[in-house]
Amino acid sequence: MTYLRLYATLGRQAISTNFQYRLNNFMFLVGMIAEPVVYLVVWSSIAERQGGALDGYTPGMFAAYYIVWTLVRAMNITFTPFGWEERIRDGTLSGHLLRPIHPVHYDIGWFSGWKVVTIVMWLPIAVALALVFEPTLDPTWQQCVTFFVAIWGAFLLRTMLLWVLGLITFWTTRVTAMFEAYFAAELLLSGRLVPLDLMPGWARETARWLPFESSFGFPITALVGPISGRGLAEGLARQFAWIAVSALFLAWAWRHAVKRYSAVNG
Amino acid sequence: MRALRVALLHLRVSVMNELQYRANFFIQLIQSLISVATGLIVLALIFDRTPDLNGWTRPQLLVVLGIYSIVGGFFGFGLEPAVVRIMGDVREGTFDYVLTKPVDSQVLASVRAFRVWRLTDVVVGIAVATWGLVALPNPPSLTELAGGVVMLMAGFVALYCLGLIIVTGAFWYTNMDMVQDLFTGMYRAGQYPTGVYPRWLRLVLTFLVPIGLAVTTPSQSLTGQLTWQRLVALLGFVTALVVVTRLIWKLGTKRYSGASA
Repeated sequence: MTYLRLYATLGRQAISTNFQYRLNNFMFLVGMIAEPVVYLVVWSSIAERQGGALDGYTPGMFAAYYIVWTLVRAMNITFTPFGWEERIRDGTLSGHLLRPIHPVHYDIGWFSGWKVVTIVMWLPIAVALALVFEPTLDPTWQQCVTFFVAIWGAFLLRTMLLWVLGLITFWTTRVTAMFEAYFAAELLLSGRLVPLDLMPGWARETARWLPFESSFGFPITALVGPISGRGLAEGLARQFAWIAVSALFLAWAWRHAVKRYSAVNG
Repeated sequence: MRALRVALLHLRVSVMNELQYRANFFIQLIQSLISVATGLIVLALIFDRTPDLNGWTRPQLLVVLGIYSIVGGFFGFGLEPAVVRIMGDVREGTFDYVLTKPVDSQVLASVRAFRVWRLTDVVVGIAVATWGLVALPNPPSLTELAGGVVMLMAGFVALYCLGLIIVTGAFWYTNMDMVQDLFTGMYRAGQYPTGVYPRWLRLVLTFLVPIGLAVTTPSQSLTGQLTWQRLVALLGFVTALVVVTRLIWKLGTKRYSGASA
């Protein structure tokens, strides 16, 4: 109950803060659409060259994939691992440690409130993109429900993964190259760059053993397809399993990390 | 001349400052290699499926990728640090120190910060572009090379203007953090030649957010696809942009009221 109240309060706070910076949030989303539009244009033009479809993906399906991509990406944004350096350096963390609740909950609560604002701001952008790129999208209600659950699952999963990654900062401050390598792997193996179905077999096989797809490609495919009812259930189960694993890992890593912390100006 | 001396002095101080942190060089180099490797993997994925992307062959796209990295390196070296600094100064009121000095404020604001290690992107980019050029069936002539260098510089000037115009917005609207995200987001689109994009996006990327201009046109020149007329027209456009930027800067600095004073 305490957690729910905490989430609700932080969420409300984030919602009202971010609605004040509407223009900022809007700009942020507009800046983000450049990336999927690039992928969309590149892959649709290849599909057209291949005679209208690439491994079953038509330009319309690519359009649907990358438009849904923008929402999943927006849901995906969470506390950056680069932020830990500042939290540690300026002593913000000391304040967090005094509170009776694990600090990850503050991030989850605050960012999930921001997501509500993001979704509202995203709607007009999605309409504009749909008018320009004409997506083929025809989901069943099972797909819609799975999608709705999966985008929040993706948010939770990525928040925890990046949190664990950020904890490395407690051991070394030279983290940038490590983080960049992580993000590069995520880009290639999550479905962010291109639907994983189109990757070479070995890359798909590697991706199956990593959590990236659950936090990006799966929610998109859940809505856009092609996916069977069984695929939906399996994907959700896999996502929940990854959430559980990363939560355990986070709890363990945090206990060790925080021991290394010495407040700078607490 | 005096402006040039001030710029060089600032550059020297920045270089000396950063040379103290030599390990950062290797970290930055690793980052440059990661980002180019990612780009190469993407190209491999694309050309696994198609012999050419809207007429651009693999070696040609290697040139584009190389130039993209070069432009990005210069951007991170000279422009981004200056822009970030101006935004912070305007918000905190410390921009007073720029305005009260007896040097042109635009010059001073543009040269105060450099991040030397970002030049690793330039080195890696030159390597990739050379690889692409060597693999081309017809290597570029001297004129085409010169055209590439000229367009690279012009493109950089255009990006500088855009960066400065955007940051001038800080004089009216102080919270500009997200605009930076907008810019980095748009920047990614430069990774592919503008010819790949639909017409409206091509125009946006050439004139409104001249990233396409900075990356695609030098590549076009190097791969023998740039005509004289187009080169001259684009240079004219860049010159006009410089003038407009100057005017906007003047207007913006007039708006500024020192918050600290």
